[in-house]
Amino acid sequence: MSRDETFAAIVAAHAQRAGPLLPILHDVQAAFGCVDAAAERTIAHELNLSRAEVHGVVSFYHDFTAEADPRPVVQLCRAEACQARGVEALVGAAEAAAGTRVKLKTIYCLGLCSAGPAARVGDRVFARLDEAALVRLVQSA
Amino acid sequence: MTVVRISDDALAQACGAEDVVAAFEQAGCTIERVSSWGMHWLEPLVEIAGIGFGPATTHDVAAILAGTSDKCIGVIADYPFIARQQRLTFARAGRTRPLSLEDYAATGGWLGLGRARALAPEMLIAEVTRSGLRGRGGAGFPAGIKWQTVAQAPGPQKYVVCNADEGDSGTFADRMLMEGDPFQLIEGMAIAAHATGASRGYIYVRSEYPAAIAKLTAAVILAAPFIAPLEIEIRVGAGAYVCGEETSMLNSIEGKRGEVRAKPPLPALEGLFGQPTVVNNVLTFAAIPHILIEGGAALYDSHGMARSKGTMPIQLAGNIKHGGLYETAFGITLSELIHEIGGGTASGLPVKAVQVGGPLGAYLPPDQFEIPFDYEAYTVADALIGHGGIVVFDDSADMGRMARFAMQFCAAESCGKCTPCRIGSVRGVELIDRIRSGASAAPDEVAALPQMHNASKQASSRAEDLQLLEDLCETMKFGSLCALGGFTPYPVLSALRHWPEDFK
Repeated sequence: MSRDETFAAIVAAHAQRAGPLLPILHDVQAAFGCVDAAAERTIAHELNLSRAEVHGVVSFYHDFTAEADPRPVVQLCRAEACQARGVEALVGAAEAAAGTRVKLKTIYCLGLCSAGPAARVGDRVFARLDEAALVRLVQSA
Repeated sequence: MTVVRISDDALAQACGAEDVVAAFEQAGCTIERVSSWGMHWLEPLVEIAGIGFGPATTHDVAAILAGTSDKCIGVIADYPFIARQQRLTFARAGRTRPLSLEDYAATGGWLGLGRARALAPEMLIAEVTRSGLRGRGGAGFPAGIKWQTVAQAPGPQKYVVCNADEGDSGTFADRMLMEGDPFQLIEGMAIAAHATGASRGYIYVRSEYPAAIAKLTAAVILAAPFIAPLEIEIRVGAGAYVCGEETSMLNSIEGKRGEVRAKPPLPALEGLFGQPTVVNNVLTFAAIPHILIEGGAALYDSHGMARSKGTMPIQLAGNIKHGGLYETAFGITLSELIHEIGGGTASGLPVKAVQVGGPLGAYLPPDQFEIPFDYEAYTVADALIGHGGIVVFDDSADMGRMARFAMQFCAAESCGKCTPCRIGSVRGVELIDRIRSGASAAPDEVAALPQMHNASKQASSRAEDLQLLEDLCETMKFGSLCALGGFTPYPVLSALRHWPEDFK
């Protein structure tokens, strides 16, 4: 499917919803790895919004990015409960293992707070991580 | 053939449940995926004919099947952690298959909705009010009164919105309920819709909960014939903590920046798309079906203390030996929860602090562990119950760092609409850094200008910086639009008050 066709399909899938912008942005982010300026223009045109309105929304939420990053992502929870279970002591080793190949992203809470430190790769979640397990996870990402 | 029951809750999966399932399948067993009992230190918990084994790994499979496993905990339902609880909202936890309509109906599902439909809306709302149920999201506003406001508000289209943006660290009850008993949440929303005249519903789930999103999406389709004319749509958040604030969430559903709205107007009168809207937390809606069964309201009201009625699903998290979900009547103390039920810290070190109510909750020292779990008692102690999450820290915790983190988190997640939160949190991080490093702020060029009459011409002292931090917290507390800026001072000031040595 060409870029335009993909866009048309995404917009068509959500057009009948009230307030369709977030579902559309999620799908665009998933399909292209980002919501860039060109995408903002297309979406603004389709929804009869100004580009500024769309950009305001895109830049507000952590889940939408302006540029695609082809690296695999490991999301590491560093909120209070995981801190209480020692995640900060693992960060150095995880960063070293990630290097420039893997993107290690800090997030706040996966709801696994009784079994931290916890991480997420794609839609899979991992808990009770120690340094060795986290390094393995980063290396295999 | 042996039937093996293993939870498909995200936490069980994160602890390796899928590998254990594969091993049992290979051994020729029939697998039933059920919800989690909420004993997280035992996950993956394997259940065979009511007997539990956990935490199970693939290496335990042979011994479990041979009956020689040392991980046997006996009958799960009689296990002290479960037997001591008063489970109403989580009555099905561990016992049913989350997406089985058959299991749901067999355990009293849809009875509340059936009875609700036979009642006039005002009678129904009166029962909810009589039960004493207060919003479980954090603010503790009486659910019946909110519903009544929506029911009486004029509007061509009304909405029910479920706030499932459970962003607080240390809380997971919403997640467990959505993954383990999604029909109960949907039934509660359908009852609210009947009471208020709403015909459209939204569940706003955070994107960090992929398993809950999948379960709810499937459950909404399965439940559609039972809840008609109500139609429910799942909306996925996009990583903004502040969208757990109700007005910010409504903006997000509308497709806008998740900025907080000034109140009034209340969402009950002008909520989603400007229409009257019921906004309740997952646990509030999930408590509704059993309140609506015959005698349910009186039963609910009989639990708890003072104005905190019913049960609270408390979440034991952080550095705790026996973490998990503990639903019990209000009135229990932290010392019971942490020491008797939770078994102390996971690390074995003494408890230093407990944060109750998420990132915006106060840090309590052990000498305050006797206050009862009750909305008003916590308010008196300058703390909050919030969503019922309890995060335990052992004595290796640096409370000065945790105070800094609270400000840093607020800065990262502020929606930017009001100044005390947006700028106050950034200044808070700088100030705590300065206090902790022992540095003092020399007057800069601007402070030296003749028109800056009130600026200090000398370097600030530590005492002045501490006073400044208190003043900043005061400004945030009373000047912010919502709880993010308004409650961030709680963890900061409580840490400063109880552990001043950690700020040196």
